[in-house]
Amino acid sequence: MGDSMTEPQTIQSFKNVLEAALLTSPEPLSLEDMGRLFEGSVARTTLRMLLDELKADWSERTLELVQVASGWRFQAREQYAPYLSRLAPDKQQRYSRATMETLAIIAYRQPVTRGDIEDVRGVAVNPSVIRTLHERGWIDVVGHRETPGRPALYATTKTFLDDLNLRSLDELPPLDELAQQEIPLAL
Amino acid sequence: MLNAAQPRIHGEPLTELPHDLYIPPDALEVYLEAFEGPLDLLLYLIRRHNLDVLDIPMAQLTRQYMDYVEKMRAGQLELAADYLLMSALLIEIKSRMLLPKPAHIEQEDDPRAELVRRLLEYESMKLAAQKLDALPQVGRELLVAQAYYQHIPQQQMPGVSLDELLVAWRAVLERASRYQHHKVSRAELSVREHMTLILRRLKNDRLVEFSALFDVSEGIPKLVAYFLALLELAREGLVRFTQQAAFSPIYVQAVEVF
Repeated sequence: MGDSMTEPQTIQSFKNVLEAALLTSPEPLSLEDMGRLFEGSVARTTLRMLLDELKADWSERTLELVQVASGWRFQAREQYAPYLSRLAPDKQQRYSRATMETLAIIAYRQPVTRGDIEDVRGVAVNPSVIRTLHERGWIDVVGHRETPGRPALYATTKTFLDDLNLRSLDELPPLDELAQQEIPLAL
Repeated sequence: MLNAAQPRIHGEPLTELPHDLYIPPDALEVYLEAFEGPLDLLLYLIRRHNLDVLDIPMAQLTRQYMDYVEKMRAGQLELAADYLLMSALLIEIKSRMLLPKPAHIEQEDDPRAELVRRLLEYESMKLAAQKLDALPQVGRELLVAQAYYQHIPQQQMPGVSLDELLVAWRAVLERASRYQHHKVSRAELSVREHMTLILRRLKNDRLVEFSALFDVSEGIPKLVAYFLALLELAREGLVRFTQQAAFSPIYVQAVEVF
């Protein structure tokens, strides 16, 4: 097998290999993954440069190369989503307010326990909400708080960032802290 | 809209909303279950009536809140617990504010401070949830590209050396020797005929273990004919030998002709 294949020699052929791998991968590809394509012979900085070029090559096309938390992936430009979603009539439902608020608390205040979530929302956490988020792969248990009952500490996952097109938690929409800043310290 | 739960005052049905009640008529149409909890309801009341969250008029807010909770109690008892707890908290705050402050205490914490902190934290998270929901999401607004790629396994069936074939052959011969009869016959052993027999067998069974091809009770000449037939078939590329590891069973299979 090794004899019949020739390692890429030109920038273009390196980009072609990256492009084929990115287009056929079901998951975003990390720099490590892409390094393995060339058996480690290409430095990370070179890979980044090749990816930048590839991204530019596709800038006029219907797909775009984007970087998310766990790596790079090709995705359809957002303008095509309304058409593409017609192909899947059973498209994804929106999550309930309870689910989204729970997710927001986990995302912005992580790691949090169920009790923390209940404190913020003022109501008991429905176990199905946690299950829904867990099954989606958006949250997981990252530890236990050393308090009675050792409650599980929840945090968001890389999949959550990937699915929201984010590279890190820093890119979450900023919180409206306006009102909070107005609270006088003496209050 | 009001006929289902007609409020009464001192037994008299209330036909007109009192002017000092801050709940506008259309608010009554709001589905109570739309609230995510007591904090959500309080925030709604505060924002709806433009109350100052940092200087909440407790009497007003408590009255409006209790009104909603009463309606809720009528319908959804299981929801009531969280809401009743908040009622108790509101009344407690209200009463603490009514108490005269002892003169010697310079600066006492505002009894509303904790409630305000919770309201603002909840509101902040509620808005954050809306923003998260508005972000493009994979499967909704974002569609990840994935071109089809048929992975073709490059794994080759291990080859069989002639030596291994000979070892197997000797084993067959050895077993045959135990069945030897000293009978001389003039069996017409056509290699071609045996080639056909083997191919027919492989057509049915597809994959046959090498030693299973031989019926040792048939005598050595017959076995030799089979072996020659097998070699001939292999030479003509009609059968293939495979073996998973050295000295493991050798399998014979017909080469598929399309």
